[in-house]
Amino acid sequence: MSSSPDKLVYMANQIGKFFQSQGRDRAVQGISEHIWKFWDPRMRKQIFAHLDAGGAGLDPDVRDALQKLKQA
Amino acid sequence: MSLIHETDFGTPKSKADTMVTLTIDGQSITVPEGTSIMRAAMEAGTQIPKLCATDMVDAFGSCRLCLVEIEGRAGTPASCTTPATQGLVVHTQTERLKKLRKGVMELYISDHPLDCLTCAANGDCELQDMAGAVGLRDVRYGYEGENHVFAKSNGEANAAWMPKDESNPYFTYDPSKCIVCSRCVRACEEVQGTFALTIAGRGFDSRVSPGMSESFLGSECVSCGACVQACPTATLTEKSVIEIGQPEHSVVTTCAYCGVGCAFKAEMRGEEVVRMMPYKDGKANRGHSCVKGRFAWGYTTHKERILKPMIRERIEDPWREVSWDEALGFAAAKFKGIQQKYGRDAVGGITSSRCTNEETYLVQKLIRAGFGNNNVDTCARVCHSPTGYGLSQTFGTSAGTQDFDSVEDTDVVMIIGANPASAHPVFASRLKKRLRQGAKLIVIDPRRTEMVESPHVKAQHLPLMPGTNVAVLTALAHVIVTEGLVNETFVRERCDWSEFEEWAAFVAEPKHSPEATAIMTGVNPKDLREAARTYATGGNGAIYYGLGVTEHSQGSTTVIAIANLAMATGNVGRPGVGVNPLRGQNNVQGSCDMGSFPHELTGYRHIGVDAVREQFEALWNVKLNKEPGLRIPNMFDAAIEGTFMGLYVQGEDILQSDPNTKHVVAALSSMECVIVHDLFLNETANYAHVFLPGSTFLEKDGTFTNAERRIQRVRKVMTPRNGYADWEVTILLAKAMGFEMHYSHPSEIMDEIAALTPTFAGVSYAKLDELGSVQWPCNEKAPEGTPVMHIGGFVRGKGKFIITEYIATDERTGPRYPLLLTTGRILSQYNVGAQTRRTENVVWHAEDRLEIHPHDAEQRGVRDGDWVRLASRAGETTLRALITDRVAPGVVYTTFHHPDTQANVITTDFSDWATNCPEYKVTAVQISPSNGPTDWQKAYDEQARNSRRIAPVVEAAE
Repeated sequence: MSSSPDKLVYMANQIGKFFQSQGRDRAVQGISEHIWKFWDPRMRKQIFAHLDAGGAGLDPDVRDALQKLKQA
Repeated sequence: MSLIHETDFGTPKSKADTMVTLTIDGQSITVPEGTSIMRAAMEAGTQIPKLCATDMVDAFGSCRLCLVEIEGRAGTPASCTTPATQGLVVHTQTERLKKLRKGVMELYISDHPLDCLTCAANGDCELQDMAGAVGLRDVRYGYEGENHVFAKSNGEANAAWMPKDESNPYFTYDPSKCIVCSRCVRACEEVQGTFALTIAGRGFDSRVSPGMSESFLGSECVSCGACVQACPTATLTEKSVIEIGQPEHSVVTTCAYCGVGCAFKAEMRGEEVVRMMPYKDGKANRGHSCVKGRFAWGYTTHKERILKPMIRERIEDPWREVSWDEALGFAAAKFKGIQQKYGRDAVGGITSSRCTNEETYLVQKLIRAGFGNNNVDTCARVCHSPTGYGLSQTFGTSAGTQDFDSVEDTDVVMIIGANPASAHPVFASRLKKRLRQGAKLIVIDPRRTEMVESPHVKAQHLPLMPGTNVAVLTALAHVIVTEGLVNETFVRERCDWSEFEEWAAFVAEPKHSPEATAIMTGVNPKDLREAARTYATGGNGAIYYGLGVTEHSQGSTTVIAIANLAMATGNVGRPGVGVNPLRGQNNVQGSCDMGSFPHELTGYRHIGVDAVREQFEALWNVKLNKEPGLRIPNMFDAAIEGTFMGLYVQGEDILQSDPNTKHVVAALSSMECVIVHDLFLNETANYAHVFLPGSTFLEKDGTFTNAERRIQRVRKVMTPRNGYADWEVTILLAKAMGFEMHYSHPSEIMDEIAALTPTFAGVSYAKLDELGSVQWPCNEKAPEGTPVMHIGGFVRGKGKFIITEYIATDERTGPRYPLLLTTGRILSQYNVGAQTRRTENVVWHAEDRLEIHPHDAEQRGVRDGDWVRLASRAGETTLRALITDRVAPGVVYTTFHHPDTQANVITTDFSDWATNCPEYKVTAVQISPSNGPTDWQKAYDEQARNSRRIAPVVEAAE
């Protein structure tokens, strides 16, 4: 977990795993809200850039949540 | 100013509702049933002579000085052990009583030294007072006979005489002055609950004895000071009183150590502290204390304290002492330069959970309004941030639900991942008192802590594998749901029923049963079922938890699981129940309340909410950034990446206390300006460019908020030795940065906090002076504060059940790192030890030790006391082994109080999913025999020594 995108992907997936058991819709909502509430803009910018570059490693719910957040 | 004298009523207060009226010396008085005649008399203003009675402990009836006469009753009963009943007519002063008391005193004094003038208790001796009160004028027996007073008797050694025991660093025991009133023994039992003292022997041979005639230091004594406080003579006396003399004035203030928040009287002579005495009106501690608050304040005048500002261009340079103006100008220029070069968001700060609410508030204000970004965080990030998240999601408030008094109404206590006996000792004493009265105890902890077994206390212990909290708590919920133990009335009335149903269906799945999860958790399913039944059906159930809950990858999930359990069993919203986080540092709660988190303004309101932000903007007259800032671990990552280059750290040693030391070193080394504002050149200062000397809690005014949301005053008893209180330093730094803040006293800062924060609306210094303390929310709805929260309904409306899926941490054991390390604290040391290591407390704990099970030790050829190498994926260190079965096979444990061990070089940067609170409590490690410090430790030590050099001051030539 040295380089930054890896760490952010890890953190985002960790958030995703908590919400997973609440079903897809609520999970996507929960993840995007959590990242909006707690992540500094530069962290969000980096993860969006990673998403645009293919989003390797991001779990499906997390990917959707980020997509949703990016459009908001 | 004068000494604050607290009335000693002689016996404890009765809690009865029925009242009785009696007549004492012709005066009618009404008291609760069960009150002693002695107490009733004192309440009416009559002090009956006494020696063995004091209101901190139960009546004993041994000194025979408090005798009274009661009309219609024969004899002269002791007023301390005789209850007041309806219609009694009592006389406290008659010819018969006068004669009896004089006779009793004469006997006492016949075996007591007459060195009153040179005695340390001179001016504060109850024996002397009582001799005066009964009019003793002569001792007819002489002093030649058998006695405990003189080393020699008739030229021969006196076998009954015992020398002083000076083994404890803070107090002495002088047996020659003992009157065997037993107050110390009872204080140790009833107040502290340690049972270290006893009366050995019988009759004239009776002596106070620590353990089996051991020294105080060698016995089980934990040096809480309760015995010293209880002693009516100079038998047990603080060494500081022996050295300095009696205090002349005192000021009530709040301890700056743990989150219990004990109130103390700082007893002073001029600006010198003579002693710290626990304050009986303190609602958190009720007159009790521990070794840290009572005795370990010597660091405030320690020679290593830095009193002058210092700067340097590079961390390789020695420090240069400069004026305040130069240091602040240098710091401001650096920070402004960084912002110009790297952008406004490239600097930030960390507020301290050891500083006052007012100071914390100012630091976040400086950052938000002065720096123009939200890069502010607090050390609560690394301890209780999951509490804030979990409890606000489920209940609607980021705080514990009860006051400490609540434990007196508790029937079942569940302690999870906390060891109050070490980390919150005064609360532990109050808890043990309740346990001795019959309340049940469940302890969920990987280690057999001091709480599991202590005198008259035996807990149901669930020794789980580190990292499996969520699995264990969900299994407890499984038992409660599947065995029909849910309090359905409560849940239907107070919680969202459909969310409950979903949760209940989830926990009821067979895969969450104790039997199915035992393979991961290591907990015996039968014991777990038993514990669940005890908690759900045993009456008032209260959960207390600590960092063993929060400092995990699933810290926030565990807090939520705890809240679920409390809701399902109806254990919220009245005295005796609740969810109670035991906060680590003195002002963790306060620093969170004060808007220290990057995403929240005061009172836990998100920075992105326009209405809230605009309120602050209007009052501060500045536009605020609406985006959340960086949290501490994010700051480190951003520093390494090159986007975060300047940090102001007030009163926290992030290098020693934060996980993965190498990562922190890399982050700090990447920054262009680190400002450390502290008492000492701490470990973080090794990488700092500006050092601003800090002030101690004795040197400033302010407030701390303890674990029960109790806001208490900190009062200045001496001039800051460094020149300024910390709040003044922050104002000066802000000014140098071009942001003016105008306050002439911390009370004005509190007024601003109250104006901006709904839960603090009713708080003011005037109210705190009047009531002693208040628990927030304190506002129009609750003008005197709120001891118990969520009465009648949850703050958020309906209580919210949330599903808690167990997800194993990615920090796993394997062939290279087969053991799990967990970390914790010890009683005598506090956190990184910056304060306690600079006191005599080191006699109890001079180094961190590695606790290892005999089985694991034998496999590795490690003997007790051997140096061992402790290695993880993050780093390695060495320390000495302590072989014990307190830890299970496969688990090792250590403390993190000493920088030469640096336990955090081992811990990793895994963290809680919701808050990034580091996972201190689980690290996969390997142990092997070692010859001494690792290369890393040697290099670290050399860098630290080099970095702490201070250049000699060169006088300018004329």
